Amino acid sequence: MKRQGIAEALRDGIAEEMTRDPSVFCIGEDIGVPGGWGGAFTVTLGLAEKFPGRIIDTPIAELGFTGVAVGAAMMGMRPIADVQYGDFLFLASDQLINNAAKLRYMSGGTVKVPLVMRAPIGATGRGSQHAQSMERYFTGVPGLKVVAVSTAYDAKGMLKAAVRDDNPVMIFEHKLLYGSKGARAEPGAVDATSEIPDDDYVVPLDRAVVRREGTHVTILGWLLMAHFAQAAAAQLAAEGIEAEVIDVRSLSPIDYETIGASVRKTGRVVIVEEGPKTGGVSAEIAAGIMEHCADSLQAPVTRVASADVPVPFTPILENAYRPDVPRIVAAVRQLVGS
Amino acid sequence: MNPTLSPSPAAAALLRGSDRNILLGLYEKLVLIREFEERVKFLFLEGTMPGTIHQCQGQEATAVGVCAALRSDDFITSTFRGHGHALAKGLGVQEMLDELFGASTGCCKGKGGSMHMGNMDRGMVPGIAIVAGGIPLAAGMALAFKLQQRPQVVACFFGDGAVAEGAFHEGVNMAALWNLPVVLVCENNLYGASTRIDKVMKNPCVADRAAAYGFRGETVDGNDVLAVLAAAQRAVAECRAGQGPVLLELLTYRRTGHSRRDACHYQPKDEREAWFARDPIERFAAQLAERGDVTPADLAAIRARVEQQIAAAVAVAQRAPQPTLADLTTDVYA
Repeated sequence: MKRQGIAEALRDGIAEEMTRDPSVFCIGEDIGVPGGWGGAFTVTLGLAEKFPGRIIDTPIAELGFTGVAVGAAMMGMRPIADVQYGDFLFLASDQLINNAAKLRYMSGGTVKVPLVMRAPIGATGRGSQHAQSMERYFTGVPGLKVVAVSTAYDAKGMLKAAVRDDNPVMIFEHKLLYGSKGARAEPGAVDATSEIPDDDYVVPLDRAVVRREGTHVTILGWLLMAHFAQAAAAQLAAEGIEAEVIDVRSLSPIDYETIGASVRKTGRVVIVEEGPKTGGVSAEIAAGIMEHCADSLQAPVTRVASADVPVPFTPILENAYRPDVPRIVAAVRQLVGS
Repeated sequence: MNPTLSPSPAAAALLRGSDRNILLGLYEKLVLIREFEERVKFLFLEGTMPGTIHQCQGQEATAVGVCAALRSDDFITSTFRGHGHALAKGLGVQEMLDELFGASTGCCKGKGGSMHMGNMDRGMVPGIAIVAGGIPLAAGMALAFKLQQRPQVVACFFGDGAVAEGAFHEGVNMAALWNLPVVLVCENNLYGASTRIDKVMKNPCVADRAAAYGFRGETVDGNDVLAVLAAAQRAVAECRAGQGPVLLELLTYRRTGHSRRDACHYQPKDEREAWFARDPIERFAAQLAERGDVTPADLAAIRARVEQQIAAAVAVAQRAPQPTLADLTTDVYA
């Protein structure tokens, strides 16, 4: 066992998969430059020396290198592609949505696209275009699998599961959770380190996880919001409210078995999402809960999400934009009191 | 854009030096594509075939010439106008007609249709119907071949319209940077949908782009199947030797509409007549006659055989089984 942050855990996971399977390679911008950063958040630092020719630096061309990754995946390679910031996925989305996600179906089940696409998201003092929560744009695309990792243990286990999966898998990571060091460290970072086993392991791509057990209310979140939800639950416990916290983790497909079991126990749900409330993943989850276990609800589902505005720069507005622990606590109090 | 390119010496050598049966095989493919497309057009207008169609009458020599330079384990990527590419790469008339009729016996089980015709076992990715979307994809396939040290080549078909897309620049740049084994085949038929290329290109010579990326480009008479074949053979050999990519600009002309019920009123009459006079099938028939060992009866027999093959396949396709409703949700994930 060793204690690691998400960046280190992903790095080890990538290295182990590349060692295990020669068809695995990495492709992206600034990921293997000698003297460089190992990608925008140090995840691939040192891998170019360890795996010569298999850490492929590209031009600044997100549409192009995503298409290259899809094409290579179709021909039997297992690319791990990444964008430096999730916002750049808009450039890549033709290749992701029109090709990676659809080629299996439109070929009548003969094409395989074992692609991993990693993307960091989250409002982190960078203004509007390096900050959005992008997962909402991909969860409704049939053919893609979408996960969001909030701990180092999950990051490594889900990365490995994604590499071994025969479908395109998108992994969303949060910039405040990497634990990147040195010049790439993030102000305001949250501890997402885990004890990482020495042995090989995977985390399934379709299962949510209960982070804290409780009986009065279920709080659902992912990425940074899973951490905030746990902090809120700790505060609420002091005032006698026992919140169950679920890290949704798998955003497509959504694990209604785990979520439903909790809702049947608590009867009350708060969904926390970083990202504008309108059209968010939380809307999908709320509708899914209605379809799966409406009879168990003792009150309407509550959402805590960002304002319907672009991500602002100035810290006072950015903090107002992103859901925080006090707002989650307030929403739970109101719901439990209802 | 001037349809009168100087005659290709390499094409002349192929005409003289090739085995008669190989040349007749090329002729048969040209006729097969033309007859297939004409029959599909009839079935579509008649209302028995669903969907929409983008056809390639007049452009047969580009598909046949390029694919004849490939091995069966080489790959092609295609576009929404892919029937000719598919037939040239070796897809069967039956699996294609079944697909067009939406049958579960089609090459994509009826889930692809006209614009996504393909068969991985024949080396054809389902058609990529987003303009230029196949270019980065083809570069990636070629990257896989290079990383796996396999000798295969990818031929990536796209139209003149694709040259204006960002995906062209990004995909071509990476193919060039990494010397990837991809033959970039631009079928320049002078029109992107209804817009003529001189309205969308300051420099209308597509082959000139290659030099800007640091590799070789060539403009070829795309209505001369042997000129296409000769250029493709050279390009494929260079790619296989690690000297890719190569850009081939094949000048050709679409005789029929961009898609269904397009009467081509934007194509000037004199332009149409000039290109119709350069029809790839008639020209190749005339070239074959020069050899002295091919008679009009030989060509008529080929045409009759093709017509019979297509008629039989249509009859089968019209009765082919449709998917069941349970098939709606299969083949989404591997």
